[in-house]
Amino acid sequence: MLASELLAQWMPINASRHGHQVDNLINVIHVFMAVLFVGWGIFFVYCLTRFRARPGRRANPELISAKGSKYAEIGVAVFEAVLLLGFSMPAWAAYKNDFPDKEKALQVRVVAQQFAWNFHYPGPDGVFGKTDYKYNDETSNPIGLDPSDPAGKDDVVSINNLYVEKDRPVILLLSSKDVIHCFWVPAMRVKQDVVPGMAIPIWFEPVETGEYDITCAQLCGNNHFKMAGRCHVVDRKGFEDWMKRQKLTVEPIDAEEDFRE
Amino acid sequence: MSGDHHSHGHSHASHAQHAPGFWRSYVFSVDHKVIGVQYAVTALVFLFIGYSLIMIMRWQLAYPGKEIPLLGELLSKQLYSGFQNLASGGVLLPEGYNALGAMHGTIMVFLGIVPLAVGGFGNYVMPLQIGAPDMAFPRLNMLSYWVFLPGGLIMLASFFLPGGAAQSGWTSYAPLAVINFGQTAWLVGMIFLITSSLLGSINFIVTIAHLRARGLSMYRLPFFVWAQLVTAFLLLLAFPPLEAAGILQLMDRVAGTSFFMPSGLVISGKAAEWTGGGSPLLWQHLFWFLAHPEVYVLILPAMGIVAEVIANNTRKPLWGYRSMVYAAVFLGFMSFIVWAHHMFMTGMSTKMSTFFQATTMIISIPSVIILTALVISLWGGSIRFNTPMLFATAFLPMFAIGGLTGLPLGLTTSDIHLHDTYYVIGHFHYVVAPGTIFAMFAGIYYWFPKVTGRKMSETLGKIHFWPTFICMNLIFFPMLIQGMGGLSRRTYDPQVYEAGQALAATLHKVITHSAYLMAAFQVPFIINFFRSIWAGEKVSQNPWHATTLEWAAPSPPPHGNFVGEPVVYRDPYVYSPVGRSDDYLPQFVGPEV
Repeated sequence: MLASELLAQWMPINASRHGHQVDNLINVIHVFMAVLFVGWGIFFVYCLTRFRARPGRRANPELISAKGSKYAEIGVAVFEAVLLLGFSMPAWAAYKNDFPDKEKALQVRVVAQQFAWNFHYPGPDGVFGKTDYKYNDETSNPIGLDPSDPAGKDDVVSINNLYVEKDRPVILLLSSKDVIHCFWVPAMRVKQDVVPGMAIPIWFEPVETGEYDITCAQLCGNNHFKMAGRCHVVDRKGFEDWMKRQKLTVEPIDAEEDFRE
Repeated sequence: MSGDHHSHGHSHASHAQHAPGFWRSYVFSVDHKVIGVQYAVTALVFLFIGYSLIMIMRWQLAYPGKEIPLLGELLSKQLYSGFQNLASGGVLLPEGYNALGAMHGTIMVFLGIVPLAVGGFGNYVMPLQIGAPDMAFPRLNMLSYWVFLPGGLIMLASFFLPGGAAQSGWTSYAPLAVINFGQTAWLVGMIFLITSSLLGSINFIVTIAHLRARGLSMYRLPFFVWAQLVTAFLLLLAFPPLEAAGILQLMDRVAGTSFFMPSGLVISGKAAEWTGGGSPLLWQHLFWFLAHPEVYVLILPAMGIVAEVIANNTRKPLWGYRSMVYAAVFLGFMSFIVWAHHMFMTGMSTKMSTFFQATTMIISIPSVIILTALVISLWGGSIRFNTPMLFATAFLPMFAIGGLTGLPLGLTTSDIHLHDTYYVIGHFHYVVAPGTIFAMFAGIYYWFPKVTGRKMSETLGKIHFWPTFICMNLIFFPMLIQGMGGLSRRTYDPQVYEAGQALAATLHKVITHSAYLMAAFQVPFIINFFRSIWAGEKVSQNPWHATTLEWAAPSPPPHGNFVGEPVVYRDPYVYSPVGRSDDYLPQFVGPEV
């Protein structure tokens, strides 16, 4: 029972298009590690038993010419090169560089703060409203949307709940208001530090509907552990329904109330 | 004491004239052996404190939100207004958890292992193994300890300062560390500790270069000395950047500079008062430029000790001594160009990460060579399983697990899933806890007779070893499983996430109870240690029948170390030579014998 539980626990469910590459590499490395460790361990235990001190026995000072060790070392080096060139580098290059088509993808800005995730959707016009930290208001405008920008009028801000469509690639643009956070959706096999002063794009394509944990994987303060969000993968209709339910989060305000006065 | 003095070229003239008083002999001593013991004992106390901190944290991880037994009430006491208590109502607070976590890491690394491995073993054993009467700069050596100690005391005192101890992890990433409580004391403490390491490292390099006994060429050095030499270079070259970075972070905190603070920060709903323009990633680069070589500072002396103990107890020469030396030197060089593999998730370009994952794979090769050489050294031996040897042999598979689990973390694609999870904690603890700390125990049991003239009890040693070995694995192996399951590290309440529930929660309980059990099994060690100082079995100057120079000195060695000038005639590990009745031929025994 424990064994089956262990296997189920091995890795969280993968619900993304590219995730199997990560999983494959992890599995291949662990098989390699296990083979190496077991083979090595057999030799180790054999030596410890066979060459234990016994009365009348003397050590042999001859140093054996261990060709086996040379081959083992070369083998390790070759295998590491394969892991590097055959698995890690191509998958990583695709993950970092082959972004999906911007027109087709769902684009969301992620603004991290102590201790919440703000998800900023561009709304029906597909254009993000301008933001500036001087408009920031923790209760009414957590991402600092510029009230005078018409492009921002239809924008939607969702806190801690990221809604995405199944089979539609998502591009997230990550930024932080205060300290470094780390955006991690284990089920999507995406992880990216969110560094203040930088805007970092990542992407993934969800292929299974469901609700998944969003974890902050970088210590960000006392309530770091509470910075847990949910990633909801829904079908097209579900996504549109959700979007309709989101009302404008930023009420337009008079120009006189502007911070600049 | 001055009676033992002899006419050695490097002797300290001032000590020939009069025996120093109590203070100069035992407190402000310039003798490398006294300083070594001071370092070792201080470091052991800090290891004990560092372990105690994690035992408090472990309760919260196994039983989130439950009252801490025994200590809960004490930790909840508000000593004065503005005091940061670790717990409230007996339950650990998140800020308490973060403070304990940051200080556990800092204490174990900078106040426990480095001072024990380098300040303790390096200081005591290295000059003896090269046949020197003392370090090249004895006063600098004393200064290094007396700069280290205040650094440690500042770290401890920070728990009682307003705002409490540092809460931003031992890595102290900006901007969190710049805005968080307790960081100022941490930075000041670190500046002391780094300065101390620098003073020590220069001394080690000069001593090994200039004070070797007649006949002791570099390739006749025991592997332990080589390990200390490479370590000293790492300390010398890697620590200054962090010292500079520490001062910059201190300026960001107290002088309003913005080295690590970008523009436009909004902290708790208010625009930050820093002018901005700085880079949070600059801190990470400076920090890891130190902290990766630091990993090898933790492991190289350990490999050195294990090599000594294995050669001695297999009763045969080390297999591949020269390749081990080359591997150690290569490891030292490579350790300076792998640091950014700690930063794969910061948004690094593919070019940069290609370079760093390639160097990371390359650096695994010399470790494999050293480990392989040590295992093949067992072949054909006549292995004595005394306590030092038990710890030294256990080091090998433990370090192997630690090294192997580094592979998936060193490749960017697998690191996507494993970065900042419990898998990382499991990985580096396998290297440092059942790895380095086992080597430290081996060293303590092995050189105890040299320091005191008495042996530690074998029975108590074995009662110490076996449960510790089992508990170590019950503590750290489950962490690899938790990490694979997606459990994020530094999480005060792991059950907030799905990955922290079910099996992971059960494993947290297993780990916590194993940690308490392991603490209990350090009691035989503590009893053994103190009892043996006064009541241990008295032994000869060379009780292990060893070949290296430290065993040519009386136990304990007098001031100036050797009676007569030691001369070296041969390689370090001439065990079981053909045609001799006894099974060892020390370096210091002349050919006419």
